[in-house]
Amino acid sequence: MDKTINNKAWFLVLPVFLIVAFSAILPLMTVVNYSVQDTFGNNQFFWNGVGWFKELLDPSTDLGDRFLASLGRNLLFSAIILAIEVPLGILVALSMPREGWRVAACLVILALPLLIPWNVVGTIWQIFGRPDIGLLGYTLNKLGLNYNYVSNSLDAWATIIVMDVWHWTSLVALLCYAGLKSIPDAYYQAAQIDGASRWAVFTAIQLPKMKRVLLIAVLLRFMDSFMIYTEPFVVTGGGPGNSTTFVSIELVKIALGQFDLGKAAALSIVYNLIILIVCWVFYTVMTNADNERAQTTGGA
Amino acid sequence: MSVTLDKVSREVNGVSWIRDVSLTLERGTLSVLLGPTLSGKTSIMRLLAGLDKPTSGRILVDDKDVTGFDVRKRSVAMVYQQFINYPTLSVYENIASPLRVQGVARDEIETRVRDAAKLLKLEPYLHRTPLQLSGGQQQRTAIARALVKGADLVLLDEPLANLDYKLREELRTELPRIFEESGAIFVYATTEPSEALLLGGRTICMGEGRVLQVGATPQVYRRPDTMEVAEVFSDPPLNTVGIEKKNGSIFYSGGERASVAGLYESLSDGAYKVGFRAHQLEVAAASPGRHAFVTTVSVTEITGSESFVHLKRDGYNWVAVLPGIHEFLPGQELDAVLDPNDLFIFDQTGRLVAAPAAR
Amino acid sequence: MARIDLVDLAHSYGGDAADRASYALKPMTMTWRQGGAYALLGPSGCGKTTLLNIISGIVTPSHGKVLFDGTDITRSTTRERNIAQVFQFPVIYDTMTVGENLAFPLKNRGLPRNEIATRVAEIAKLLDLTPYVNRKAVRLTADAKQKISLGRGLVRSDVAAVLFDEPLTVIDPHLKWELRSKLKALHQALDLTMIYVTHDQTEALTFADTVVVMHDGSVVQSGTPEELFAKPAHTFVGYFIGSPGMNIVPAQVKGNEAKIDGHTIRLNRTYDSLPLGAKIEIGVRPEFVHVAPPAPGLLSAQIERIDDLGRVRFARVRIGDAKIAARVPNGFSIPDKTAGLVFDPAHVHVYADSLLVEGRV
Repeated sequence: MDKTINNKAWFLVLPVFLIVAFSAILPLMTVVNYSVQDTFGNNQFFWNGVGWFKELLDPSTDLGDRFLASLGRNLLFSAIILAIEVPLGILVALSMPREGWRVAACLVILALPLLIPWNVVGTIWQIFGRPDIGLLGYTLNKLGLNYNYVSNSLDAWATIIVMDVWHWTSLVALLCYAGLKSIPDAYYQAAQIDGASRWAVFTAIQLPKMKRVLLIAVLLRFMDSFMIYTEPFVVTGGGPGNSTTFVSIELVKIALGQFDLGKAAALSIVYNLIILIVCWVFYTVMTNADNERAQTTGGA
Repeated sequence: MSVTLDKVSREVNGVSWIRDVSLTLERGTLSVLLGPTLSGKTSIMRLLAGLDKPTSGRILVDDKDVTGFDVRKRSVAMVYQQFINYPTLSVYENIASPLRVQGVARDEIETRVRDAAKLLKLEPYLHRTPLQLSGGQQQRTAIARALVKGADLVLLDEPLANLDYKLREELRTELPRIFEESGAIFVYATTEPSEALLLGGRTICMGEGRVLQVGATPQVYRRPDTMEVAEVFSDPPLNTVGIEKKNGSIFYSGGERASVAGLYESLSDGAYKVGFRAHQLEVAAASPGRHAFVTTVSVTEITGSESFVHLKRDGYNWVAVLPGIHEFLPGQELDAVLDPNDLFIFDQTGRLVAAPAAR
Repeated sequence: MARIDLVDLAHSYGGDAADRASYALKPMTMTWRQGGAYALLGPSGCGKTTLLNIISGIVTPSHGKVLFDGTDITRSTTRERNIAQVFQFPVIYDTMTVGENLAFPLKNRGLPRNEIATRVAEIAKLLDLTPYVNRKAVRLTADAKQKISLGRGLVRSDVAAVLFDEPLTVIDPHLKWELRSKLKALHQALDLTMIYVTHDQTEALTFADTVVVMHDGSVVQSGTPEELFAKPAHTFVGYFIGSPGMNIVPAQVKGNEAKIDGHTIRLNRTYDSLPLGAKIEIGVRPEFVHVAPPAPGLLSAQIERIDDLGRVRFARVRIGDAKIAARVPNGFSIPDKTAGLVFDPAHVHVYADSLLVEGRV
């Protein structure tokens, strides 16, 4: 379908264009500039070319070691929370009522964790997990488990993972619920007629029909968890040691802690590129899946 | 007022939807765009409306080039297959909406809406919303809204396709009267030959983006220029069989041999394709002057008034129509005959060579 | 395969208290014999889908009972009834091949593998699906998918009934007749009870031995296609079946004569005691009214238009306020605006308040 060509429309876009240029494109260009220089600010620049980029990928250098280690932590974190949140979200969606007043009640309860500002989420869990005044920390220690997220890296990881699951599973659940609701009743009737068991209904009808929605949910959760900063930082500050230092935290340390702007700029560009590539891969997979679907149903 | 398409073509992403179409539509006429799905009917309508631009060629209104003009600048109204009405407005408001946009005075709106409602038998429903109406009534509302606008060009894209069988029949008998009373240029797209025949006017037969034949509807029906046109303009589908005229006899593919008679007499020797519609094939025993065939029944489709018998013969699928209700069982053998004066003969390229004389 | 009995069956979506007139399905008692092909024919909203859903178990009726072979299954679940259903749009399992789709119901029953394989091959052959058995079901065309839907029902050898809910809705027009002929052939080969819901008279009359015409929640008439065509018990049936439908014209009937707009026509039967105050109409199909040159003994009518359908012509004429469709014989040229109408008395019926009146012979 053609869109009608209206040249006057370009003028309406101009103000937005200027604002975006000012607030995003120019700063981006600054970052790119910094990434090829060695600088601590103060308008003193020493050309470094691709030096920082080479260092980033070289584990023997300090920069490279820190980057690759934090990258590994990010990947591990994303993998764990996806493995927990996706099945849990599906389970919650399946258990939700389909009609009646209970639907609205469930949706509101599910939406609540999503509405809390992220640093508040971090603060909630930071206090919640404290062995002295936190309900969780106190209870666990009273039960005999030595729980302290400040000194024990395993406890720190466990805490931020549980926090993320608490915060974001609702999103997966809501997306899956929307996917489930779009399945016509006739499919369930046909499954009944065919004598299918509950599990068979799930694997043969519900899961395939949720494929598209799940892809979106996985994409969103992966991106968000890969870029995560506020919540873990508020709870653990990156510690104990650097066991929960993710790439974003590392970046802030270098940029604002050490003022090593050249390195920070290079790191942020590489970080950005990784996210873009992953998104592009997901997008291609998704649109291919869409095209396949369009071909087979043939508009009928 | 006239609308002309001058050598119009439209290509999207390398796919050719319309190829080199030239047409003129005159005021007060009804043109039926007849063709199978994807033959270009909707594309032509969208070009006429101004929703799409042709890749090449011009569109003229009264000899003025309107090719670049946006649909809002053209005097056009459109009715779609899906009943499209404003769901929150009453029927009255729905019909009045184009007039309100035009800024017409209140009393005039009242008169024109009531006239349109009367024409389409919607008077008892003016206060209801579309969702409270049946499918047929919703489509009548859409048609009323298109007519009340007083547009010069009214386009209807398979408007009856989504209606129940009986509703379709009912509305179909009313449309000719509604079109006559209006006086605008009407363009009606359909895949069903019977609709074209019922509406009359002029038929523009389309296939694969090209115009195959244009002419008065009965004319195109009785004298299709090519086999493709005959196939498009036949429902049930056109029956075909190959023949060879040789040594003073007609040899039908499949084995029958018959004497040269009727329309066959004017042919020179060679191979041809013969086409005949369902009512030209008679279920009867062989008789002098007729060409006889032995066929097997696949299924009989009964409409109450008629029975359509689907037959198999030598790998060909034929359909014959008989009045009344006949229950032939699948697998049954039936004799069928053809009148050599009552068929269409096409040469190997598909061009018409002989057709029944006009009655 | 089962005999289906509907005993005083009625349904109101509003619950028990709702008044009779608003019932989606008004009380009905019918028997459908085992192995019969039945069509539920009617316009949108007539209750045919509600009736089908009651038989399949999706809806539990608010009144009455449904029996399969004498057993009351009104409260049974869909699974327990052992029926098969083909929906308006193809319902297939996306992740499975055609063969796996067909095998699914048998797998759920726990049948041994080789038995399943044999049965699937049998049904695939019956439905002309054998070349596609190993293909992913989702890649096939709409009509093939409907066949798969049907196949899943047929694969159970003890299926009680096969229900069709407007199954040709998404099928391309030029493929519809192929699928119709397949369904009819299947019915004859398998002797299954089949119930087919549609608004299309061609589908109903082609498929069924018995057509149940429904209107506004009630069964108006149930009979063979010939019965419904030749002797409609209700003006609605006369209108709904036949293309074009029956002409219904108000008239005064006395003895064996009917008067329309001052003109008299003879009837085959004598009608002595028509109910007083009832709306009297005569019904005659356009196939049995002919147009002829105006003549003193014939009913005179104004010709409004001639519909030329290629193989047959109908004239739309008017007598006073009444509109009639009449056949135009081949070769007849219409001289001017007036014509005479010839009625075939054997096919003129009398209706009082829309119901057929049986006259005395």
